Amino acid sequence: MANQQAEIYNLEQLNAIARDLRLDILDMTTRAGSGHPSSSFSAVEILTAIYFGGILNFRPDDPWWPGRDRFIMSKGHAAPLLYAVLARAGYFDRELLWKLRQVDSPVQGHPIQGMLPGVEATTGSLGQGLSLGLGHVLGGRINQLPYRVFVLLGDGECEAGQVWEAAMAAAHFKAHHLTAILDYNKYQETGPISREMALEPLVQKWESFGWWVLEVDGHDISQLMGALDKIKDTNDKPGIIIAHTIKGKGVSFVEQDFTFHGRALNPEQAAKAREEISWQ
Amino acid sequence: MAVGTKAGLEIGKPMRDVFGDALLAVCEENPRVVVLDGDLGNSTKAEYVRQKFPDRFFNIGIAESNLVGVGAGLAACDLIPWITSFSSFLLCNAYDQIRLAVALSNINAKILGSHGGITLGKDGPTQMGIDDLALMGGLPTMTILVPSDPASMHAAVRAATDHIGPVFLRSSRVPMPQIYPAENPPFEIGRANIVRQGDDLSIIACGLMVGMALDAAADLEKDGIQARVLDLHTIRPLDRQAISAAARETGAVVTAEEHLLQGGMGSNVARLVAEEHPVPMRFIGLEDVFVESAAPDDLLKKYRLTSDDIATAAREVFRAKQG
Repeated sequence: MANQQAEIYNLEQLNAIARDLRLDILDMTTRAGSGHPSSSFSAVEILTAIYFGGILNFRPDDPWWPGRDRFIMSKGHAAPLLYAVLARAGYFDRELLWKLRQVDSPVQGHPIQGMLPGVEATTGSLGQGLSLGLGHVLGGRINQLPYRVFVLLGDGECEAGQVWEAAMAAAHFKAHHLTAILDYNKYQETGPISREMALEPLVQKWESFGWWVLEVDGHDISQLMGALDKIKDTNDKPGIIIAHTIKGKGVSFVEQDFTFHGRALNPEQAAKAREEISWQ
Repeated sequence: MAVGTKAGLEIGKPMRDVFGDALLAVCEENPRVVVLDGDLGNSTKAEYVRQKFPDRFFNIGIAESNLVGVGAGLAACDLIPWITSFSSFLLCNAYDQIRLAVALSNINAKILGSHGGITLGKDGPTQMGIDDLALMGGLPTMTILVPSDPASMHAAVRAATDHIGPVFLRSSRVPMPQIYPAENPPFEIGRANIVRQGDDLSIIACGLMVGMALDAAADLEKDGIQARVLDLHTIRPLDRQAISAAARETGAVVTAEEHLLQGGMGSNVARLVAEEHPVPMRFIGLEDVFVESAAPDDLLKKYRLTSDDIATAAREVFRAKQG
């Protein structure tokens, strides 16, 4: 049994899943009164493609099965998205989502490894996920398990040296089972990346570190699935998909206001947002 | 370096060599053990494993953050990583990675901080790990081990490997005296060893300072003072029972460590003594100071970490106890 995911979704259904995930993220963060909705919104299609597009090999009823593919949320502040996806995939009851950031709840503000089934890594201090992913790849090599490891990177966290330490090492160890996806939404906490700490030229940076690089529209699920499929065959190089995204995607007034980074929508804003998302 | 001679102990191999031997031994016993190096394997002696098990040894390079992250990933694959480097570089460069990926995640990874204390000597303060116990003390799930002799280093490496959960283990560049028998030394995580009986006062020490404490006890005996010496090889979890018994039964305590007094072993012992049975105490360790480059013996003398310093402190608490 390779993958327990019974259903194979068509593109229309995948887009509907993405819409539902946005609604869950909205409800979770507004109920919690805090969280990072806009950073979650930008990566919704990326995770939809990975988890529901038949890319990731996983078993919700056996979450730590040694042969599973791994997904590591390096940009840990997008925890609401991860939780919404895991609930949707059947790792745990969706009702748990409404316990985000509440006392005695496993649904922590940022992901804590093992606290919920399917949460592979503790993240939230940025820059750490790619190293963990490389460790999983090397572990698979020792254990002779040919699984793949996917790591979602934020763009702002690529300012951290550890990301480049990991990039260098992954190429050195020919970690071709490692795929990074960069949620390139162009904003970090305090403003536009280009203004705060220029990252470009990103494609050349990753290529010069020895990685395969693909660029896609990060809200186009078919493009994402095409790239995720193509990047399996990189010979002996790790691969990265630079996904161009929009921070706050799906809610016009959040897209236009980067200060929503660490801020939930209030109930009134959430009602408006719900209406916009539901139309999609 | 003169340690253990007054107590009539033989000196062993340098502790880093002993660590290398011990690490190789657990790799031979357990195929799940893997070793990560921050390009210092020839100094930490983790390289012994590289020669014999090249597929289970990874030099991650001079990149401690990534070193810890990769190690944490390996631990999540049901392997037992030993993440090795100098205590100073590893803990200070990668503290946040140890905090999240190892301690908060509560994974089964082992961290070796070599060249602990000031006795690496001539390479100077940039390389010295004088704050490792305090730093690891800041991580609630981290077990902290400081072996004091070759046999207990072997036992500690095995106990750390068998223990499920994060462990920090300190090794040193210098040799230490042979306190325990080579075969089956007593070593249980969280259980201090009484290495010398006595009822007049207690010296609670770890690492190199256990040998120093035994030397001090030999001197004190000449004055008719019988010191109990406790090898507190585990800083977390602290042996509450042994420490409180020492305070209660001997009525005076000296602590001795090759570490800053701020946040070190002594301050942890003091909290327990204060809670359980307050008695006069003195603390041997580094006052707020960065040490300099020099021969180990010169540094120990200058910064008051010798058996004479321990004996002086012991006489003080003994007098204080008598009022």
